[in-house]
Amino acid sequence: MTSAQFEIQLIASLVAIACAIPGTFLVLRKMAMISDAISHSILPGIVIGFFITQDLNSPLLILLAAITGIITVVLVEYIQKTGLVKEDTAIGLVFPILFSIGVILIAKNANDVHLDVDAVLLGELAFAPFDRVLAFGVDLGPKSLWVIGSILIITIGLLIAFFKELKISTFDAGLAASLGFSPIGIHYGLMTMSSITTVGAFDAVGAILVVALMIAPAATAYLLTNDLKRMLLYSIGFGVFCALSGYWLAHGLDASIAGSITTMLGLVFLLVYLFAPNKGVLAVIYREKQQRTEVSLLTFLLHLKNHSEESERHVNHLNEHINWQKVRAKTVLDLALKNNMIQFDKNIVSLTTKGEAFTSQAIDYIITNEDGKIEHMKEDFFLFRG
Amino acid sequence: MDLQEYIQLVFTDYTLRTITLGTAILGAVTGMLGSFAVLRKQSLLGDAISHAALPGIAVAFLITGTKDSNILLLGALISGLIGTFWIRGIIKKTHLKSDTALGLILSLFFGFGMLLLTLIQKQPNANQAGLDKYLFGQAATLVESDVWMMTLVTGLCLIVLLLFWKEFKILLFDADYTKTLGFNTKLIDILITSFIVLAIVLGLQTVGVVLMSAMLLAPAAAARQWTNSLGVMVLLAALFGAFSGVLGTAISASQNNLSTGPVIVIIAGVFVLFSFIFSPSRGLLFKQIRFIKNRRDLKLHKTLAFMFRIAETHENIAHPHSIKILNNFQGFTKGTLQQLVRKNYVKLEGSMWSLTDTGFKTATNLYNQQNKDDD
Repeated sequence: MTSAQFEIQLIASLVAIACAIPGTFLVLRKMAMISDAISHSILPGIVIGFFITQDLNSPLLILLAAITGIITVVLVEYIQKTGLVKEDTAIGLVFPILFSIGVILIAKNANDVHLDVDAVLLGELAFAPFDRVLAFGVDLGPKSLWVIGSILIITIGLLIAFFKELKISTFDAGLAASLGFSPIGIHYGLMTMSSITTVGAFDAVGAILVVALMIAPAATAYLLTNDLKRMLLYSIGFGVFCALSGYWLAHGLDASIAGSITTMLGLVFLLVYLFAPNKGVLAVIYREKQQRTEVSLLTFLLHLKNHSEESERHVNHLNEHINWQKVRAKTVLDLALKNNMIQFDKNIVSLTTKGEAFTSQAIDYIITNEDGKIEHMKEDFFLFRG
Repeated sequence: MDLQEYIQLVFTDYTLRTITLGTAILGAVTGMLGSFAVLRKQSLLGDAISHAALPGIAVAFLITGTKDSNILLLGALISGLIGTFWIRGIIKKTHLKSDTALGLILSLFFGFGMLLLTLIQKQPNANQAGLDKYLFGQAATLVESDVWMMTLVTGLCLIVLLLFWKEFKILLFDADYTKTLGFNTKLIDILITSFIVLAIVLGLQTVGVVLMSAMLLAPAAAARQWTNSLGVMVLLAALFGAFSGVLGTAISASQNNLSTGPVIVIIAGVFVLFSFIFSPSRGLLFKQIRFIKNRRDLKLHKTLAFMFRIAETHENIAHPHSIKILNNFQGFTKGTLQQLVRKNYVKLEGSMWSLTDTGFKTATNLYNQQNKDDD
């Protein structure tokens, strides 16, 4: 591994961490799309900054771009407050218009300078090590490393200092306000940090990868845990893992690093989306199936309890009365037998004592509108579940 | 180049005619379908789908090796649809919210598309140049067959809209009711979403991935301000869209170095801004005017009520009082007094005022809505 390779991986990992932290809060606050809007609408800020400084890495440029990001947020909120359109429409209107202004500014003024839209949107990590900071003739490392490093340090500092405030205002804005923190202040602080991170990272990795690095690790982590600290750690972990593996994927394929990192993020998300223990799609489908069987079982038991007359409890009658498909009926019957809820007596089905007890209790809960408690009851009565 | 010359050129010059027609048709169809996206609160779906279409374009090129825009658009359509249904899956099956799902699909698909594009660029196939026009759009690459394709899709879309108008409308405003009526809501939903995806994919070549969401939303958001009727809104949105297309093309053609996509988006943005401010019923300007007028009415009523309290204490309600005593409370201005005189509620004589009969009657009923008469 050459030093350039090492530097690229270091930059990618730092960007991943710097993005994962604000990203977690954006996902939790249902503002993920704002990061996409910011990543596009900073373009006019970057262009104007570039005209003034003629340098893509100057702090002024980052400042101007971050201000444009905040203007985006303010504009979206203003339009939304007028009540003329909904929030998502406001987002969808503001950023393409700002982006268009940026594109036109470039087209009209920057023909002879090196700044094009592709570079801003897509970025190229491979060139990052070539742009170095020199002080007194000493090579201090790549410029983007310094930029993203300082942004990361600020982010971590703010996170530690305001962790409690962030947490409360994210989950209960009303409580935060009544405790005396300003949710609006926290909101704009978070937006500012997201803008600065986006700007700081865009020139290394491009606007789209910034969005991916903000949303994907946080969303993946959110499928695995409900604990804020764990979610932060997981998303940082996923981000760094994908940054490193993505780099080597790009190395192997000789393709865009940003694209490979995003692809890795996509693969990791897909895996977790399918196989996450409680919230993954397969787990959800399995649980839904289980619940369907159990509800059927409950219906069946209630039917048995309601009808003391033998004719209603005859197997043939049940067949036509409940009108389930054969497979489903068999599953339900098996489950009931396995749990000792019913017994057969010459083709007449009747409840056992245990079945009686279970059903009476379930009826009690249904009558008093406490259906939720049935779930716990199942644990007491069922040896096997659907 | 003056206007007449330009209009002449539109009819004679092949390229300009094609582009103008293309952007106009595109604006109309995206405006129409955008109305549904906006009303269904799926505004950002356009953004997500346009990004999600990129890997489809790349894969279509990798498989066929040709740059036939119809095949590439088919690829875009397929991957756009995959993206859309994955978004729905995420929202339905997990606890992730719609914004996260949109952002995820958008960035992940786009990143994968970038990976494929860089892979394609390495290929020895000289044909690959120009695939990136789908990123930012290049209206100049439109040819007549593209325009025919757009017309075809627009016609299809119109037929479907007219055929299923009732179903679309009822699903839009009351999904539960639609279900109880026995309509297959899932099918209608899929139908309208697929058409939105189709419109977005169609626009990629002209305005590009990033700006597509504005093409979809802006005409609809502008049209929404002028009407409360779905039919009128769809029609207006189509008009706004077509106009933005034509105007945008004209402006970008008359200047050097202006790509068409961004100009169209900005024109559409101007339509939105204009509608936000000047729409008679919802616009900000008239809302503000109404607000000021209401406040003035309130002040007027306050003054009248105060006068009424004074006049009440006298047997003769027309008994004159000095204007000075009105100074004891806030809300009295020369303007309100003049207004009261004009409405014939109050008579002024020198520095004295007196309540008229109509004024007294109005004041009695001021806080008593039962026998209210508007005047």
